[in-house]
Amino acid sequence: MKIAVCVKQVPDTGPARKLDPVTNRLDRSGEGALNATDVNAVEEALRIKEAHGGEVVVVSFGPTRALDSLRKALAMGADRAVLISDEAAAGSDLVATSYALAKGLERESADLVLFGQQASDSDGAVLWAAVAERLRRPLVSQVAGLEIDGASVTGKRQTEFGYDVISAPLPAVVAVSDAINEPRYPSLKGIMGAKSKPTETLSLADIGAEADRVGASGSRTTVLELAPPPAKGDQIKIEDDGSAAEQLVEWLAGRKLL
Amino acid sequence: MSTLVFLEHHGGAIQKGSLGVLARALAVGGDVAGVVVGHGVAEVAASAGAFGVATVYTVDGPDFEAPLPQPRVDALEAVAAASGAENILFAASVLSADIAAGLAARLDAGLNWDVTDIAIDGGKLTARRPALGDTVLVTVGWTSTPRIALVRSGSFEPVETGGTAAVHDVAVTPREFSTAARMVDQAHEEASGPSIEDADVIVAGGRGLGTPEGFRLAEELAAALGGAVAATRAVVDAGWYPYSTQVGQTGKSVSPKLYIALGISGAIQHKVGMQSSGTIVAINKDANAPIFDFADFGVVGDLNAVAPKLADLVRARKG
Ligand SMILES: Cc1cc2nc3c(=O)[nH]c(=O)nc-3n(C[C@H](O)[C@H](O)[C@@H](O)COP(=O)(O)OP(=O)(O)OC[C@H]3O[C@@H](n4cnc5c(N)ncnc54)[C@H](O)[C@@H]3O)c2cc1C
Ligand SMILES: Cc1cc2nc3c(=O)[nH]c(=O)nc-3n(C[C@H](O)[C@H](O)[C@H](O)COP(=O)(O)OP(=O)(O)OC[C@H]3O[C@@H](n4cnc5c(N)ncnc54)[C@H](O)[C@@H]3O)c2cc1C
Repeated sequence: MKIAVCVKQVPDTGPARKLDPVTNRLDRSGEGALNATDVNAVEEALRIKEAHGGEVVVVSFGPTRALDSLRKALAMGADRAVLISDEAAAGSDLVATSYALAKGLERESADLVLFGQQASDSDGAVLWAAVAERLRRPLVSQVAGLEIDGASVTGKRQTEFGYDVISAPLPAVVAVSDAINEPRYPSLKGIMGAKSKPTETLSLADIGAEADRVGASGSRTTVLELAPPPAKGDQIKIEDDGSAAEQLVEWLAGRKLL
Repeated sequence: MSTLVFLEHHGGAIQKGSLGVLARALAVGGDVAGVVVGHGVAEVAASAGAFGVATVYTVDGPDFEAPLPQPRVDALEAVAAASGAENILFAASVLSADIAAGLAARLDAGLNWDVTDIAIDGGKLTARRPALGDTVLVTVGWTSTPRIALVRSGSFEPVETGGTAAVHDVAVTPREFSTAARMVDQAHEEASGPSIEDADVIVAGGRGLGTPEGFRLAEELAAALGGAVAATRAVVDAGWYPYSTQVGQTGKSVSPKLYIALGISGAIQHKVGMQSSGTIVAINKDANAPIFDFADFGVVGDLNAVAPKLADLVRARKG
């Protein structure tokens, strides 16, 4: 079974994330990391490979430096990495990203395309549906439990009303939730081995994508204006030095919350 | 300007979130129509009239019975074409997000998500949305039509106006790949538990509790405070705590006087279910956890040390 896992490099979490006031785009100049919930998708792919054999390829659409983050997936055990990267791609929204990513995925024609739960920078949790549409493949999203046989996938997923169980024939697109598994840590051997695993960086031309359908020209959404959020009330934040519980109880009592 | 509002329904009732978006769309103005997709939905569609919409489109048939997104992309593509809608609005839900994104790809149409308000500016729709963990407010637009938006849960309340709606059915044959995924078991509610919606005090536990047994810490603290225990999706999905106690976008919306979050990162989808709590307390060992952005009192520390001590002190005080 060939499994493609879609992963994204995101700015390292922390308080410093901000939009660039000139471009209105996310400032990606700081440290980048593999998006946390994509690690669950990589883990799930590795488990499927361990049970059914095959190949795990991670596929990403992003700047060239995203390759650093893809190495973490290789260190976990993925077989190779494909990065779709092009100067013309910056500023791609969902419509443009799904187009480019689907073009890259078509080239792989995997039996199963896996996604993580959500990108921590955009909180979109939508890309899989756009990619499944472009690939014309069945979709099962938000999966917290996945079963797979040679011909189909069955996923259990939460909705506002309880749990659905959805089944789809392969090839299919599946997005997993952050509760589906406990991802492994890369071993030292894995980290060393990752350095010699194949990685490919492909341009839009390489994947047969039309440049004007990607980047700002291929995007259909636009940022008009940035503003600070509404002011928050007074906030207290303390580091526990052994007395945090006492301080908290006093504070709660002072506000008549006990 | 013409706007189509997707009216999601479950068990014969249109969802509150969809009716809220409908109310906002009607208030903003222009021609507004609803759309209901399912099997045997004429009556559900007509019921939207009471919320002030005069026209509701239906796409009706066995292929649309199960609440799966892909056949609904076909349905909305057809209704968008039949109605000439310039704007297509969805209330965020597990189902709607997948429909909206699929439709965006189908039509090469822009989708803005996490929208918390809409407006008309120079005859065109614009939207406001928070981003990056609500640290910035962004005004967004679209460069083509139709303009598609996913509205964040709880942004608008339904407004009952009375009235009737004319229902127009649009015949749609779904594409082959759209019906390949099948619903095997639908909306099965697992292990129900106590109600958390009426509690004055809620102690909520997340993955930071470490194990299902870790919830004992939350239960003890809740017992000391006379409150109820709630959970995040991550731990509900993992089977640590019952679905009925989940707070957030897909779970319950609560507004107790006091909400204590133990080992919860504070994801947006959790926040939308508890941000209207009177006082929010967070205990988390990661000083950068987003929950500290909206906690009134944050403790950076190990919950295994802080929570039991807190329970002891509360018990001692209450005597
Ligand atoms: C703050 C912010 C807000 C944004 N809002 C919008 C908006 O409202 N509308 C819009 O059209 N665009 C928006 N974007 C742009 C959008 O993030 C990207 O176009 C795009 O990658 C779409 O997916 P996502 O990042 O939302 O991913 P999600 O849908 O959140 O990610 C789901 C999964 O998709 C995979 N994935 C995500 N990105 C990639 C990638 N580049 N390569 C490979 N796999 C990937 C991962 O497995 C991930 O877990 C926003 C970006 C930011 C930073
Ligand atoms: C469409 C959609 C709908 C969703 N709906 C919901 C919903 O309704 N409700 C919901 O909750 N989520 C929902 N989610 C999931 C949400 O995005 C997060 O994944 C989830 O809320 C994370 O749960 P968590 O905080 O328990 O886990 P994590 O994000 O893993 O956070 C655990 C936290 O515990 C802290 N921690 C660990 N150990 C300790 C310790 N010893 N002491 C103190 N702190 C510790 C860590 O620092 C971390 O911040 C939804 C997601 C999507 C995409």
